[in-house]
Amino acid sequence: MVAASQGDGFVAFDRVQKSYDGETLVVKDLNLSIGKGEFMTMLGPSGSGKTTCLMMLAGFETATSGEITLDQRPINSVPPHKRGIGMVFQNYALFPHMTVGENLSFPLEVRGMGKSEREKKVKRALDMVQMGAFAGRRPAQLSGGQQQRIALARALVFEPQLVLMDEPLGALDKNLRERMQYEIKHIHQNLGVTVVYVTHDQTEALTMSDNVAVFDDGRIQQLAPPDVLYEKPENAFVAAFIGENNTLKGKVQSVNGKECKVKLPDGSVITALKVNVEGDGVQSTLSLRPERVVLGDRAAEMPNKFEAEVLELIYLGDHIRVRMNVCGDDEFIVKVPNNTGGRAMAVGQKAPVGWSVEDCRALDPS
Amino acid sequence: MKSTLKLIGASTAASVIAMSAAADDPVSLTIVSWGGAYTESQVRAYHEPWMEMNPHVTIINDDGSANALAGLRAQSQAGNVTWDLVDMLPSDAQLACDEGIIMEIDVDEMLAPAPDGTPASEDFLPGSLDGDCFIPQIVYSTVLTIRPGAFPEDNQPSTIADLFDTENFPGRRALQDRPGTNLEWALYADGVAPEDIYDVLATPEGVDRAFAKLDTIKDDIVFWTEGAQAPQLLADGEVVMATGYNGRMFDAIEVEGMDAEIVWDGQVVEWDGWVVPADGQNIDAVMEYLYFATDTQRLADQAQFISYGPARASSAALVGEHADLGIDMAPHMPTAPENYFAPIILDNDFWVDFGDELRERFANWMLQ
Amino acid sequence: MAQADASMMDAGQGPARAETEKLVTSDGTPLKRALERAERQRKIAAVGLVAPLLIFLLTVFIWPIAQMMWLSVKNDQIVDALPRTLQELQTWDGQDLPGENVYAALHADMMEDLERDRRDRKTGPMGIRLNYELSAARSAVSRTSRNVDEFEAPYKDAFMDAHRLWGDPALWRVIKREGRPLTASYYVAALDREYAEDGSIVQRDENRRIYVPLFGRTLYLSVVITAMTFLLGFPIAYYMSILPMRQANLLMICVLLPFWTSLLVRTSAWIVLLQQQGVINSGLVAAGIIDDGSRLSMIYNQTGTIVAMTHILLPFMVLPLYSVMRTIPPSYMRAAKSLGATPSTAFRRVYFPQTLPGIGAGGVLVFIISIGYYITPALVGGQSGRMISNEIARHIQQSLNWGLAAALGTMLLVGVLILYWLFNRFVGSDSLKFG
Repeated sequence: MVAASQGDGFVAFDRVQKSYDGETLVVKDLNLSIGKGEFMTMLGPSGSGKTTCLMMLAGFETATSGEITLDQRPINSVPPHKRGIGMVFQNYALFPHMTVGENLSFPLEVRGMGKSEREKKVKRALDMVQMGAFAGRRPAQLSGGQQQRIALARALVFEPQLVLMDEPLGALDKNLRERMQYEIKHIHQNLGVTVVYVTHDQTEALTMSDNVAVFDDGRIQQLAPPDVLYEKPENAFVAAFIGENNTLKGKVQSVNGKECKVKLPDGSVITALKVNVEGDGVQSTLSLRPERVVLGDRAAEMPNKFEAEVLELIYLGDHIRVRMNVCGDDEFIVKVPNNTGGRAMAVGQKAPVGWSVEDCRALDPS
Repeated sequence: MKSTLKLIGASTAASVIAMSAAADDPVSLTIVSWGGAYTESQVRAYHEPWMEMNPHVTIINDDGSANALAGLRAQSQAGNVTWDLVDMLPSDAQLACDEGIIMEIDVDEMLAPAPDGTPASEDFLPGSLDGDCFIPQIVYSTVLTIRPGAFPEDNQPSTIADLFDTENFPGRRALQDRPGTNLEWALYADGVAPEDIYDVLATPEGVDRAFAKLDTIKDDIVFWTEGAQAPQLLADGEVVMATGYNGRMFDAIEVEGMDAEIVWDGQVVEWDGWVVPADGQNIDAVMEYLYFATDTQRLADQAQFISYGPARASSAALVGEHADLGIDMAPHMPTAPENYFAPIILDNDFWVDFGDELRERFANWMLQ
Repeated sequence: MAQADASMMDAGQGPARAETEKLVTSDGTPLKRALERAERQRKIAAVGLVAPLLIFLLTVFIWPIAQMMWLSVKNDQIVDALPRTLQELQTWDGQDLPGENVYAALHADMMEDLERDRRDRKTGPMGIRLNYELSAARSAVSRTSRNVDEFEAPYKDAFMDAHRLWGDPALWRVIKREGRPLTASYYVAALDREYAEDGSIVQRDENRRIYVPLFGRTLYLSVVITAMTFLLGFPIAYYMSILPMRQANLLMICVLLPFWTSLLVRTSAWIVLLQQQGVINSGLVAAGIIDDGSRLSMIYNQTGTIVAMTHILLPFMVLPLYSVMRTIPPSYMRAAKSLGATPSTAFRRVYFPQTLPGIGAGGVLVFIISIGYYITPALVGGQSGRMISNEIARHIQQSLNWGLAAALGTMLLVGVLILYWLFNRFVGSDSLKFG
């Protein structure tokens, strides 16, 4: 549906479909172009088709129809070992019977590289991930984070132009995961290699990527840089999947240029940005980020303003999450900065809320 | 122990009736034999009549004869003898006797005389009572059996020499995988008279001569181990002739209808019989049973069920028809005059003495 | 265990912290003693858990093996039967026949034996023992002992009349040599060697050497069978490991079928299949691949042993292999391919080395089992397919030469232990994975 085509098409999926059983398509009509040197993330819930896409790119799955090209060359019938694509696996897949050095040396050996050159490259790759001292260890003697670095170094040591990463940080704890995210990002920037990265973790996707393709139901729902994805979700799924979101459902009353008026079940009418609605009378989902809601006196200046009641306060350190009843919705969340104004709130208190037209996006009903 | 034996001897000599009146407590006897048709013939000829006459006796069959020697020694060493009576070959009996793990038998005191009053020691066939512990029961022989269909009608193998003649009688032959019988036949086929065979075989030159003769047919030999294999090999057409026990061959030919013929030339005759484990728990009951089971009529009865000859001379005349097939059994006995024209009597003493050495030589010969 | 210890320590220390001088538990006992008690109870529990198996192994495994080893050197038959004779023989030169004094002592020994209760007689077992070393020595002894009470001096002539061997220095040399409580002669025989006249150990006549060739053949057949189970088992184990569980289990049942079929049924099946007039040969003849005169011999020879034992032992190879392969994630092969390895290189360098623990375990299992196998070779091996265990069984059950059987068995056991040690040394038993 969103056949986004950006970049120079270093990697391109052209109307690619994939079915395992011949009945249901796990990848539906995929068109995707990835530019050289780009960090592209495929983000989506499990079963959305993102990993299948990665496997087709790596050559471990064949596309049922459509064409995949790498650097303008069709690679559908090229076996995986001839594609020259580096890959980092979810469980690292470090060969347990080889030392770290042998693991890194392996791709160079099968390419027939001489010993001295191999050693040089292995050392450089290990140094790059700050693991130079570990060449003689076995993978089992390393921690998860260390194994992750080695897997990364191994996927890069033969200098592929494209590196695929299949949820590489999934097995690490939160702190380590964040550190590795930055490291991978830096390595990407230093080497200029093209990265296709699969994850179901939106923070990871937003932190690292140049572009993010949000997958659901075998399709790319939206392909955009992280900030666009967050600020301007194109449909209800993306809005809900990326970041926190207030969702209000109603019926479109009237459309006026870029704006539209949506009537909610409780009768209140909201003016929203018309993004993904057809016209009068259709159902629509309104999406509104909690941090864009204005609370208190300043709400009076907003085009949308309502009286709300505080139902619950959750203290989160840097900010306070306020659950309120707005327009008949009990799950309406507002983020309030942790300052004097925010601290003064109390449960049961009534307060006006408001938001601008631009921040409230009228999307498909989904 | 000695007094017990004397007591039994005296009582058996005195009267059978007095004896059976004496013992009425329930007793169960474990009798070890070869299993299959052979045990069946003993059950029908001995066990069933005896149990009918003595309701307090139960007989349990154990098919352990193939390893009887090892079993006897193990039980004796463990001090827990559970076998009461064992059917075994005289050569094994000799070893067991030397070790003292089976009882010595005074044949005339412990066994019944012939109906005409001839003492048992004279009634049993000559040579069968060699050794102090062995009570002969049957005569069996190892014979050559041929498949007539494998040869032209006018050129059928009829002698042991033909077994060694692969030129005139081509095809594979099945021999038992042990030196006994084979070495005797090799010499016999090479022209040694039956009565001289063991004298020749006791010399190194004689052994070399026998193996040289075996060498001439080595490439055409299929070896068998278990008695049942020989008729099976014939029936399957795997071989054109086979050596085997005459009872098994009789069964295969007459009962199963196999197309084969027994060559009685050079049949190697051996005895089979009973031994009584020393320290058995029911020696009195066993001796009563033995007195009955080895008498003239009972030995003749066994021949109704299997084609092995009774070990008593007086039984020969009483051999009748096969109990199930209704054919006259006398001509099928190894001891029938028309079959007994050139027998080789297996010399157990020789085989006990030279068996180890010749088995090694034979095993080595087979390995080559 | 470590965790249990830790929690026990915590439990003990918690209340004790209040006391600074001497740590005690809440009920007042010193902490140290409480700990010792807990430790002791733990040890008792451990011993209690292990003890039944230990006792079981000692009684049914260690003890019989020790007894077997003892039998292979035990040699009391002659010492018991001929004390006087051996005494007199001490001064004999071992060349010419001994003097009258020795024969008189022999007469006295045999006379004494006649006084013994039959079951306690010593001459019978002595004759059997001597016959192992010298053929016909048994009948020399038994014929003499029957008439020895009628002998009169000079005894030398009387004995030599009774049996020719009493006039043969060879018999006297055996009596003197084996007239001690321990012997190496069973091992000498088991190595196809014998004592020469001067007492040195020499190889037997070539036509009587059987055990060493049999050991060699047993090793050879075991290696072939292990290799066959590996060649047949590896692909099927691999295939099962990539199949979904359900189908893999179905295949597993097929592999395990030999376990559940009775030996006789299996043997009959092999005979029907493999004999010259059997299914395979007839099929080949019908298909015109071989002609009727040159049917293949596939049973009652080595081929029969190899086919049958490969069939029986296949599960012992497949099970460890399968369990190892199940744990190798497919991502290793993918990783290798993504790194540029061709499928065959990836298999050889990445997949195969990881199956080595399974191959090692399966190989050791199959090899050790087949070295000791004897039922199947006896049934379908004919002569050329027999192994050393068949010879051991024969000596145990038929010839009753338990000393020789024990010597052969001990050598087999030591051989297996050496092989295992070598395996352990060069491959490492810690890398074994039995499933």
